[in-house]
Amino acid sequence: MNNYMKLEIPSKSQNEAFARVVVAAFAAQADPTIDEISDVKTAVSEAVTNAVIHGYENKTGTIVISATLTGARLEVTIVDYGVGIEDLEQARKPLYTSKPELDRSGMGFTIMENFMDSCDVISEPGKGTTVTMVKTFGRADDTEA
Amino acid sequence: MEVKFKKTGSTLIVKMFGELDHHAAGFLRSNIDAKLNRSDINDILFDFQGVNFMDSSGIGMILGRYKIVSLKNGKVLACNLSPRLMRIFEMSGLLTKITVYNSERDALTGA
Ligand SMILES: Nc1ncnc2c1ncn2[C@@H]1O[C@H](COP(=O)(O)OP(=O)(O)O)[C@@H](O)[C@H]1O
Ligand SMILES: [Mg+2]
Repeated sequence: MNNYMKLEIPSKSQNEAFARVVVAAFAAQADPTIDEISDVKTAVSEAVTNAVIHGYENKTGTIVISATLTGARLEVTIVDYGVGIEDLEQARKPLYTSKPELDRSGMGFTIMENFMDSCDVISEPGKGTTVTMVKTFGRADDTEA
Repeated sequence: MEVKFKKTGSTLIVKMFGELDHHAAGFLRSNIDAKLNRSDINDILFDFQGVNFMDSSGIGMILGRYKIVSLKNGKVLACNLSPRLMRIFEMSGLLTKITVYNSERDALTGA
């Protein structure tokens, strides 16, 4: 199964659910398990929410979500053209958040890393952030080695 | 997300239905905090029976309420967590702050 999709949305919080459902429906073509689909949904929700809250700091900007399926391998990319991330290493640390006053938990990147096979982040202050995540379905029996 | 509130003794029971994401967390926060301000509530019990999705915004919402009730020496409890939610709770260290029960009844009797 080889396929691709691209979705462009304004950074409104109502679109977080829409974006994750679209990617989950796209990924469903590769016949993932319910758990795998939930992993994808959760990871996409984290990245899109970050674009809304941090990237655009609740101003409205454009978020582009694209995905490709190559056999059982899903690659999904979430792009914003917002404020970017100054210190990526710090940002990815579990429990680190730059907005504790907004009830953020700082667990977004940790969840993306745990629920997907890989999570790469490219960011430039003032330009924006690109998060690319990969998950290959059908590896549930692999022990976590 | 829909929410139903119930009060038993000094415990506010928050029954949630739907997807607990950033959008829903803001809605829940303002509804819960309005109740916390106005009444003789010490503890909060979150019932996750109807929650079919949660991401880290849910964790942040719960931690925020934990901070508020802790000021009055109150507790936060949770019940009816699916294995997936349990995993997210564990990952984020929530289990050191809040006690998880199988059911609402267990939570209220402290079983
Ligand atoms: N798209 C983004 N644009 C700008 N900053 C970001 C973006 N995504 C993440 N960050 C930064 O990385 C930090 C950690 O993100 P995350 O782990 O999701 O935690 P949280 O969203 O709870 O703060 C954020 O607090 C923010 O400073
Ligand atoms: Mg986040």
